[in-house]
Amino acid sequence: MKKTLVLGVSALALALAAPQAMAAKAKEIKIGFVTTLSGGAGVIGKDMRNSVQIALDHLGNKMGGVPVKVLFEDDQVKPEVGKQKTEKLLHKDKVDIMSGFIWSHVVLASRNSVVKAGKFLIISNAGTSKIAGRLCHKNIFSTSWQNDQVPMAMGEVLNKRGVKSLYIVAPNYAAGRDMVAGVERTFKGKILGKDLTKWPTQLDFSAELAKARASKADGVFIFYPGRATNAFMRQYAQAGLTKTPLYSVFSVDSLSLPKMQQAKLTNVLGTFSTQFWAPDLDTPVNKKFVADYRKKFGSYPSHYGAQSYDSIMLIDSAVRAAGGDLKKMDTMRAAFRKADYGSVRGKYVYGNNHFPIQDFYLRKVVADADGKWTTKIEQKVYSNHQDVYASKCKMKKTW
Amino acid sequence: MVDPHLLFEQLFNGVQYGILLFLLAAGLTLVFGIMDMMNLAHGSLYMLGAYIAATVALATDSFLLGIAVALPATLIVGIFLEVVILRKLYDRGHLDQVLATFGMILFFNELVRLIWGPAGIEVPLPSILNQSVTLFSIPLPLYRILVIGVGLAVAGFLYILVVKTKIGMLIRAGASNREMVGALGIDIKKIFTLVFGLGAALAALAGAMAGPIFAATIGMGENILIQVLVVIVIGGIGSIRGAFVGALLIGVIEIMGRSFLDDLFKLFLPVNAAETAAPAAASMLIYILMALVLFFRPQGLFPARSG
Repeated sequence: MKKTLVLGVSALALALAAPQAMAAKAKEIKIGFVTTLSGGAGVIGKDMRNSVQIALDHLGNKMGGVPVKVLFEDDQVKPEVGKQKTEKLLHKDKVDIMSGFIWSHVVLASRNSVVKAGKFLIISNAGTSKIAGRLCHKNIFSTSWQNDQVPMAMGEVLNKRGVKSLYIVAPNYAAGRDMVAGVERTFKGKILGKDLTKWPTQLDFSAELAKARASKADGVFIFYPGRATNAFMRQYAQAGLTKTPLYSVFSVDSLSLPKMQQAKLTNVLGTFSTQFWAPDLDTPVNKKFVADYRKKFGSYPSHYGAQSYDSIMLIDSAVRAAGGDLKKMDTMRAAFRKADYGSVRGKYVYGNNHFPIQDFYLRKVVADADGKWTTKIEQKVYSNHQDVYASKCKMKKTW
Repeated sequence: MVDPHLLFEQLFNGVQYGILLFLLAAGLTLVFGIMDMMNLAHGSLYMLGAYIAATVALATDSFLLGIAVALPATLIVGIFLEVVILRKLYDRGHLDQVLATFGMILFFNELVRLIWGPAGIEVPLPSILNQSVTLFSIPLPLYRILVIGVGLAVAGFLYILVVKTKIGMLIRAGASNREMVGALGIDIKKIFTLVFGLGAALAALAGAMAGPIFAATIGMGENILIQVLVVIVIGGIGSIRGAFVGALLIGVIEIMGRSFLDDLFKLFLPVNAAETAAPAAASMLIYILMALVLFFRPQGLFPARSG
């Protein structure tokens, strides 16, 4: 009797649920994508937007059979603008999922708006230690890295290459200090000097370069994103430091290299940087992504682009798992956590804080077959590396 | 304790940086002093000069030709601005001038974005200039030596122009007493236009020279303009000599602060605190100097109007 009742109730529930599930398949999926489209950093946003376009091309503009639309907004590198644009995307455009975000301070300002709206946030770049640690959330995922991992990998490289002494130059702001702390955490040699320069206005590095040369360090470590990279590289050459090897993080990439080549800054050739990805990373997905990007836009994508491509592909995997029903948050979350999609970096897993546990590589600047400057993978530095802030995140890994 | 080689090299770097500031300050101080005109868009002309020089240099592969085109082109833009916009602002207050020229900054930044895109331009140098020469066993960047040479030549040219020629006499007279010069039957309007054009050309020269060091980027003028204003306040408004001394002072203090303040702080602070405090303190030094000058000598070190 009891069994029959349970069966009957179940059947009834199923009968009720089935048509609902059919109806709940969304008519259109809207993804809000916050990035920087104006100013000097606009080149980053352009690369991300191009890569999202490639991802959509590969998906035929559909996720799990549902047409998908990506709405881009410009944060102007300002936290308050980023938050405002996030609110607009969430409440006016009624997007289903939020993604993008280059800057740590912008994503920190916008985080709560997304969490309160009960939507997923797939971060495509910003690797702030706070969201990897204390501020982790069940609905927030990253397709990039935590800031510290990249300079930590560089510290290991320096140890392996027998670099005994180092001179550090970086801008004096949150990310700059993070990068310095990261390399100091793993580098075992002696740090002969450290200069933190005024950011972002200081573009003259004559004083710092003279000190670096006078210190007679084996190598120089820098972190200079954006336009400062080229100014630094150029002055490095002019100051006659060409014999001291330069090691960089987040500075020499597919966005800065074409400009350096245009300016004939040949001293950048042969320099080293670390990253989780490079245009020549040998995975089938990456080969297709890079080839199609180059065909469409005529240049190499950067890691910003690779991460944005992955963000869209990760979202696709979750939408398909939920059969296009975006209300199935738990199903989607479970799918996100599996990271079971074609990532440009190959297979990786998510840590308890929803940041990738992944490999990091040493990259060298070379000229490709056509003479274009690009970065090429030299060797793997870390296998399955997890960031140090994961332990500060209260979520438990249950997948 | 301090390596004398390093000290000399940093002195050289400071002088070089000061010279670059001087190229900008010279034009601005003339406009300020003679026309009593607050021109915040001076930095935009600097940016324009850098972009034009870079574009021509990239197209023709000649850095020299880039400068040769940038100077007259920016001069024409400057004269156009003076005749069409600024002339109407002379009788207004400083606040109106600030507002109008600030609007021009926004306009020029967007214009440059429209024409050249958001990314900025790298300026290739002839490879001979991308090297350093060793002087007393100190490697000095050849290009920076060139910048110093050009700056000194400009200073010499301005000295002769202002002190030895009739136009210079009128400029000096204009700086001392505008109304009187007008009353004596001199066409002060023409002098204003000439001075503004000259200032624009100097800004373009500074931009073209700065391009191969910093690259031409949107907003490059605003960054440097603040320091240029400090130079003018310290040197005395309207005084070329003041601009020259002020620029060298600021350049040397800025570089010396960045070079040696952290070592100095380490003498009495823990290493980590010194590393963080020094850059902040170094960037304050020039403003402290400005405050001191304003307190003890509010008219500046070489006030133009004192005679």
